[in-house]
Amino acid sequence: MNIIVAIKLVPDLVEELKISEEGNSLDLESLRLRVNEFDEHALEQAILLKERGAGRVIVIALDGDGAEDALFTAAAKGADQIIKLTGNPAPLVSNHTLARWLAPVIKSLQPGLVLTGVQAHNDLDGPLGPLLAEYLDLPYVGYVAKAAVKDGEVEIRKEYPGGLAAEMEVDLPAVLGVQAAEQPPRYVAFSRIRQAMKTVQLEGRRIPDLFAEEQITVARLFQPEIGERAAIIAGDVDEIAARLVEIFAELDLL
Amino acid sequence: MAVSAVTQRPTFSEIFYTSLQKLPDGERVRACLQCGTCSGVCPFGYLMDYPPSKMIAALRAGMFDRVLKTDNVWMCVSCYACTSSCPAQIPLTAGLMTRTKEELLLAGNVPIELQDALENTQRYGNPMGESPRKRAAWARGIEPPVKIMSQINRPVDVLWFVGDYASFHPRVQLSSRALARIFNLLKVDFGILGHEENSDGDSQRLAGERGLFELLVDKNGKVFQKYQFNQIVTADPHAFNALKNEYPKLGVNYPVQHYTQYLCAKLDLLRPLLRHEIKARVAYHDPCYLGRANGIYQPPRQLLQAIPGVELVEMPHSAANSLCCGGGGGGMWLEGYQWEQAHARLSEWRVREAVAIGADILAVACTYEIPRFEDAVKMVQKASRLVIRDISELLLESIGE
Repeated sequence: MNIIVAIKLVPDLVEELKISEEGNSLDLESLRLRVNEFDEHALEQAILLKERGAGRVIVIALDGDGAEDALFTAAAKGADQIIKLTGNPAPLVSNHTLARWLAPVIKSLQPGLVLTGVQAHNDLDGPLGPLLAEYLDLPYVGYVAKAAVKDGEVEIRKEYPGGLAAEMEVDLPAVLGVQAAEQPPRYVAFSRIRQAMKTVQLEGRRIPDLFAEEQITVARLFQPEIGERAAIIAGDVDEIAARLVEIFAELDLL
Repeated sequence: MAVSAVTQRPTFSEIFYTSLQKLPDGERVRACLQCGTCSGVCPFGYLMDYPPSKMIAALRAGMFDRVLKTDNVWMCVSCYACTSSCPAQIPLTAGLMTRTKEELLLAGNVPIELQDALENTQRYGNPMGESPRKRAAWARGIEPPVKIMSQINRPVDVLWFVGDYASFHPRVQLSSRALARIFNLLKVDFGILGHEENSDGDSQRLAGERGLFELLVDKNGKVFQKYQFNQIVTADPHAFNALKNEYPKLGVNYPVQHYTQYLCAKLDLLRPLLRHEIKARVAYHDPCYLGRANGIYQPPRQLLQAIPGVELVEMPHSAANSLCCGGGGGGMWLEGYQWEQAHARLSEWRVREAVAIGADILAVACTYEIPRFEDAVKMVQKASRLVIRDISELLLESIGE
């Protein structure tokens, strides 16, 4: 059985995010990308399934800064096949477009199970999994925290708000949105990644010249704005402390 | 009865033993006489199922897989205590312990906190997961400004390799600022690499991540090549050790000094500036990678003794017999694991020694140590009056800047 993992790169919050001059998107120049953390869990869950004999793991990522490193790292962790989708014009695309690019590729790989992170912090609306399920005409379950393949089914544990969990069986093939793998994503020694770079073939698949019709337009993207009753006090520690004492005095708190 | 030769695949123990003997001076492992000195002198040897001498015994018995199963080689802080006391001069730290960690790491058996530090190093070039773009932020506001090589487009005398903790840790940054001011006062022509600098990688190497170390050597080596300078100076003994002993093996070879050596050689210029008295009993903690690993004991002491008022006192563990702060060999990133195993911190042991001899100040010369000992002071009884200072900070205080 083929276990497909779709991973994507998202803005790395280690760098401060900047807004582009147009004011409705992130400034790509200053952006550093990293693999979506939930996707790393999806990959870990896939590797665990493989280690228990469920099948082979195929990882797919959209080409772009860091995509090859992410794919070779996946191969070093145990993925059997790695594929990058080439020809994309922008590093960050909407999940609608991404799903339409991914679906035919995944379909051609005859998927038994499709895993992806339940959400990504760049959009936080979590639709890649459901969209893939729709395009592939497969069942979808999100917030999955454990999965085991058994007799044409996948037994999963799904998490609910309020600390509830459910166990359920889903017919294969299926799409799962992974919240957390059964164990933290493993570390892979850098020498193994380097070895993968030399020995594993990175497959390229050209994506069709196709965009989903964008039905959502971002009018304005902005940093948190200072509220009317809020103030940010600048200066060194002593100046800030002195100003705070003044404010407390003004408010009759002292 | 004729017995036909049976070819057997070598066992893991055999393969490992052979690989160990191929390392520099590695064949000395065969001379191990099982005296147990290494295990006795190891600060955490008492709680390892297999301290160094027993590891060698297990190797010889073909039972090394048992050693790997215990995984308590992660208690090794690569302090060189075993190596420096071994009568057979076996490279225990660089060979046996590090190779064992490499095996665990290749097998994916890595404590999670260490994993984070290694992933951060891969991703950001520093183990703390800080933005590499902010690597020179500590130097802001210093006058004259600290020069960043990519911005000045000219050779310098001294390339200051700042290192991870000195660049990013908010407390250690203060010692970097002190050193920058001293360099300025001495009119040292120096520059730093800023965002182009990557972790030296020595502690990652000693934590078993050889491949990552090689990547970092490659990255730093390429950056060094871009610029002209006469020598490297660093305040980080781990970077010093790497640049002096390990980088040359991979073809990256530059003269390097620890800042205490560099300043000591300029003591004639520095001494007249040391005008303000620091009336204190000062104990100096020898960092493993300045002392035991590289034999540098005197320059830090000479600098301290040049400060008027300072009474230099020695702790029971001193010089070659110094006690590790617990931060080496990945220990910086295994605090939780080690606490779980030992319920003890080496840094607290050290602080107790400083308190016991009545020191007012514990002076350090390693960028790992200020926060480690300041944390320990909070935990040790009767230690609250002990002040932790980097030597550079004490020098600047005496200068009165």
